[in-house]
Amino acid sequence: MSIIAKELTKKYGSFTAVQSASFTIQTGEIVGFLGPNGAGKTTTMKMLTGILNPTSGTAEINGFDVISSPESVKKVIGFLPENNPLYPDLTVNEYLSYSARISGVKSGDVAANLDKMIQLCGLESVNKKIIGTLSKGYRQRVGLAQALIHDPSVLILDEPTTGLDPNQILEIRDLILNLGKEKTVLLSTHILQEVEAICNRVLIINEGELVADGTPADLQNQFKGGVAWYLEFANDLVIFQEEIRKQYPEMMMEVVAMSNEKNLVKFTTLQDDHLNRKLVRFCIDHQVDLLQLYKEESNLEDIFRRLTITTESRSN
Amino acid sequence: MNPSLAAVFRKELKLFFNTPVAFIATVIFLVFVGWFFNSTLFLENVASMRTLFTVAPFAFLFFIPALTMKLFSEELKSGTYDLLVSKPVTLPQVITGKFLATMAVISVFLAPTLMYAVTIGSLAPLDWGTVIGGYLGLILIGGIYTSVGIFTSTLTENQIVAFISGFVLCFVLYTADRIGMFVPSAISPFFQYLSVNVHFTAISRGVIDSRDLVYSFSMMILFLTFSYLILLKRKEN
Repeated sequence: MSIIAKELTKKYGSFTAVQSASFTIQTGEIVGFLGPNGAGKTTTMKMLTGILNPTSGTAEINGFDVISSPESVKKVIGFLPENNPLYPDLTVNEYLSYSARISGVKSGDVAANLDKMIQLCGLESVNKKIIGTLSKGYRQRVGLAQALIHDPSVLILDEPTTGLDPNQILEIRDLILNLGKEKTVLLSTHILQEVEAICNRVLIINEGELVADGTPADLQNQFKGGVAWYLEFANDLVIFQEEIRKQYPEMMMEVVAMSNEKNLVKFTTLQDDHLNRKLVRFCIDHQVDLLQLYKEESNLEDIFRRLTITTESRSN
Repeated sequence: MNPSLAAVFRKELKLFFNTPVAFIATVIFLVFVGWFFNSTLFLENVASMRTLFTVAPFAFLFFIPALTMKLFSEELKSGTYDLLVSKPVTLPQVITGKFLATMAVISVFLAPTLMYAVTIGSLAPLDWGTVIGGYLGLILIGGIYTSVGIFTSTLTENQIVAFISGFVLCFVLYTADRIGMFVPSAISPFFQYLSVNVHFTAISRGVIDSRDLVYSFSMMILFLTFSYLILLKRKEN
């Protein structure tokens, strides 16, 4: 097991940033860490990387305790902090060889590791340039190269794709997917498509507490908000409404739009019980001109919104 | 040298010399010190380096906090500090690496002033004992100010605040003997002892007293330890 967090808690004075977070990440998993801004993602990552000491609780990485043997932990993790901090006045080569040395790479291996990273992250054309002159995409690659230069078995990436354009985001995701074949990856993000695209598992944190843990599919089953069916008619709705209420009194019906051009009705049911068949049959029997019928299932975004909506925004 | 410490040392040197900062500072320092040195040398008509050893500690009050202000403040502000402490390098290694790099820059500052000694020495007999003592004293003062500057740099993310508080703290240490004149006589010796000036006067006369060395190294260790404790505290919040 790569990462084990047990009851991790971090308090700043009376404010609790993270409240007894416990989770286990297996070797080779790519885990997405989701949560709104300020939910405690960064704080949790800082506790795992030994930057912050937890107020209580412990964490283990590859069997090493974060607090009692920080040096061993730090040798096996690669960390990309939020906003990818770099030294703008160093060249890419200077910075990466510095990173290699302070990451514990032996002097004899520095040059070889450096070459490997430059190739892996596609930095050949800029390796002699000053970091301050690089584009954001290249800087992000330098940040990743820095995190990977000592060939760590665990990667902790805090919002690795923030601020990149769609092409660069895809490049970085591909890189992470490739790395995930042999490394354990924990990455935080608030781009939900990212999680669906690359993660085998999701942890959702809200106001310092873990509120969900599972594969994207698991979460969809677990937190299913039911199924919504949309029906569009050419006919007048009034007769239809009365008839369908008589026949299916248990269904929640909501008229979304009603006009001469468009009549749209939304039905919500708890389960996908093949309602479409019943609805179509009903329409034929009652000679209603059905123009469209489509289904919407709750996706990760709905689940995220439902789990992380704060008491404050709920009351608004 | 420990490889991590050496890596930090080398990185800091590159950060000083990849930008014009170190060059500009060296030039201004040399103009400043050279001006005072030159303007009194022929007036006094004595083959001595005393002016340099009097003016340089004063110039250091500005120049050294200017060099050290970014050492931690900038890393704390940009977030590279978090990255640094996520690496298997210890805080004492980081602090020592930065301290030694600054000392190297100070040596670069001072190196061109050796020309003064060579020039004067070729014109008239020069007391080399006082010259060596003077340089040793400058290095020690540089070390004390550097550790003070590193300490104030760990306190804040704002470089200007780090610079000003570093300058004020160095100034207080520099003039502690004068402050000593205004405090009750019972604690006056304490201020006398704290004063950089008092200890340095003897060294620049060529008298190397072990008490002055002990003083210098204790001050350096004291402020570097303070820095360490401040950084350790950051892990808690």
